[in-house]
Amino acid sequence: MNLTKTVETLRVKIDKLVNKQTNLMEVCGTHTNVISASGIRRILPKKLRLLSGPGCPVCVTAQTDIDWVIKLARTNEAIITTFGDLMRVPGSESSLEKEKANGANIRVVYSPLDAVKHAQNNNKPVVFIGVGFETTIPTIAGAVIKAKEQKIKNFYVLSFFKLIPPALHKIVNSPEINVQGFILPGHVSAIIGSKPYEFLVKDYNKSCSITGFEPIDILQGIVLVLEQIKSNKPQVAIQYDRVVEIQGNLEAQNIMNQVFKNTDAEWRGLGIIKNSGLEFTKTYQDFNAKNHFAIRVSRPKETSCQCGEVLLGLIIPTECKLFAKGCYPSNPIGPCMVSSEGACAAYYKYER
Amino acid sequence: MCLAIPAKIISKTGDTAMVDVSGVQREANLMLCPDARVGDYIIMHAGFAIHLLDKKDAEETLQMLSDIKDLANNN
Amino acid sequence: LDDNITLDYGSGGRKMHRLIGDLFLKYFYNRTLAKFEDAAELALLNKSNNDYCLTIDSYVVQPLFFPGGDIGKLSICGTVNDLAVKGAKPLYIALSFVIQEGISLKTLESLCASISKTAKSVNVPIVTGDTKVIERHSTHEEIIITTCGVGKILSNFQNPTLGANNIKVGDKILINGNIGDHEASIILARGQFDFKANIKSDCAPLYPLIEMFAEEKCQIKMMRDPTRGGLATTLNEIADAGKIGITIDENSIPMQKSVQGIAELLGFDPLYMANEGKVVIIASAKDTNRIMKIMKRYALGKGCAVIGEVTKRKYGLGVWLNTKIGSSRPVLQLEGFQIPRIC
Repeated sequence: MNLTKTVETLRVKIDKLVNKQTNLMEVCGTHTNVISASGIRRILPKKLRLLSGPGCPVCVTAQTDIDWVIKLARTNEAIITTFGDLMRVPGSESSLEKEKANGANIRVVYSPLDAVKHAQNNNKPVVFIGVGFETTIPTIAGAVIKAKEQKIKNFYVLSFFKLIPPALHKIVNSPEINVQGFILPGHVSAIIGSKPYEFLVKDYNKSCSITGFEPIDILQGIVLVLEQIKSNKPQVAIQYDRVVEIQGNLEAQNIMNQVFKNTDAEWRGLGIIKNSGLEFTKTYQDFNAKNHFAIRVSRPKETSCQCGEVLLGLIIPTECKLFAKGCYPSNPIGPCMVSSEGACAAYYKYER
Repeated sequence: MCLAIPAKIISKTGDTAMVDVSGVQREANLMLCPDARVGDYIIMHAGFAIHLLDKKDAEETLQMLSDIKDLANNN
Repeated sequence: LDDNITLDYGSGGRKMHRLIGDLFLKYFYNRTLAKFEDAAELALLNKSNNDYCLTIDSYVVQPLFFPGGDIGKLSICGTVNDLAVKGAKPLYIALSFVIQEGISLKTLESLCASISKTAKSVNVPIVTGDTKVIERHSTHEEIIITTCGVGKILSNFQNPTLGANNIKVGDKILINGNIGDHEASIILARGQFDFKANIKSDCAPLYPLIEMFAEEKCQIKMMRDPTRGGLATTLNEIADAGKIGITIDENSIPMQKSVQGIAELLGFDPLYMANEGKVVIIASAKDTNRIMKIMKRYALGKGCAVIGEVTKRKYGLGVWLNTKIGSSRPVLQLEGFQIPRIC
């Protein structure tokens, strides 16, 4: 292995900084993917473990929410529009991909604005499945504001959004989780800034670095966290300073807060987390798909899927009982094996 | 995708801009970055500009991305 | 296998291989078919060596016309290329149309012109065919073209014929140009995501290049055309067939910047994006430079590159990638199609 010069210097730095078992959590799904796809995991010292956190937006979507959409798709009352990430995520007994094969009108879009266009070009109701964290939420809020301005009456959104800081609260409060530092998501932080993470430093003494998405960004982010651990001076460092500012994107925060307000939300595998989801504000309630369609779903059947523990970083994918034994990308039982952002899919593809 | 490549604004009408990423053009909405102007670089996500890069940061990013290519070739 | 067939079963990925292996082979098994090759070697004249090749392919691309080609041109290139990578000169093609009612004669005629022009460019006659018309089931114009081709294996590529068992550790892996152009041009033509870029499909008949390799007596071990499922799928198929390992360098894989841009925007990995005018060549190390010089003389090969080499198999996984940063990781086969994603 002949590493490029910059990478080799960073690798040596990391090697020197790690002298005992150290666990860092990378929260964002794209980080998990880049770490595996670029081969970073293979050049890190054995004592340094990178655990994947709940940073894959479809992995954390509750099973009941997916069952709800599948039931709606089967009624054929609406055109379902979604990001591609959700297509293969299993509900209790089906998935959007299987429903599409059975004739349901399900369309993959690149932008929520495309879903608004589908609504303009059809008189049938168009429902957009709103998944994602603080990077994606303002884009959907923006699309809703656009739809309201243009008086579009047949556009609805399902609010399955999740917020990162409350999930981090849950992680650091779980005694069985042994994580010394966090690689924080670059683009979520471009929106919310660095302040919402400060509780990790003040209340839990965790070392943090907001990190970009190139392999060198990630290695630099790891160095910053390890230096904080070694000097025992934890802080919320910003490695990705070419994009992230301390206060974040105020315009995006303002648009997000116009359309949505905080509420509790159920995370798949993690249970209900207080104030970790969003619901429509009064002004935008008529875009709420749940007000428009009377769909009932029962509690999902339990599987021995351990995605919850993977999402909390308690185990790495290969330690799950079902990993590559019944749970494959071709036959995913848990969501983490589906989305290429999911930890298990990345491990199955790059790490075996 | 969480895309690290900056997109350059090549034209703008109202709050919609045409941007270029490595030779691919697409519309991006500027609602979340109202001060963005033609010639600026933005970070695009799901059809929206989510961050306006100042000149220095944009050059730095593009330099880093092209470095990786030359860095790798002459390591 | 699932209860119902989904799109992924047509993607060239692992699901498609299971469909062929578990279902089709169960009913059609014979040694030639079991080789899973692009074209079947046939011992028609003398029993001793296989001197003829037979192949069949069907084309369902939407839209029917895309930058750099159309379903007509594609239907000839695909079959010519499947024969060419077996070292065979295409002799005859049979062609069948399944036409959805409502297609305009203008469209059908321009497809016929394109089929004829492409076939003439490699002087292959279309000797027989069939036409069916089916009831309308979709809003847009639809046609399915199936082509079956027969070719004669050129003497340079006889005994032994091209195949995985010729491959040795240390052989080099070459490709004749940029990857991902075809799939990128289809994504643009479909306009589903409103991207614009000036990318054309690489759809082209490869036989002229292969004929030159034969004339110059190149020491080629095996060739494949990486269509659906892209370079990564084809390399996995070769590694598994030859029970060898393959290591490729991320930095030496030729690719247009704009194709990389589309891949990044959608969250695709270009290694899995389809091509329609590319050939992967496994050749002996000492003959590599000569083959590269030959390719460089032709438009079909001007972007050629040595992208990796054959190694022993590592940890039971066939294909490994030396990444941009100098580390390495496995390159597996995908289950099905890549779908755009936000995170």
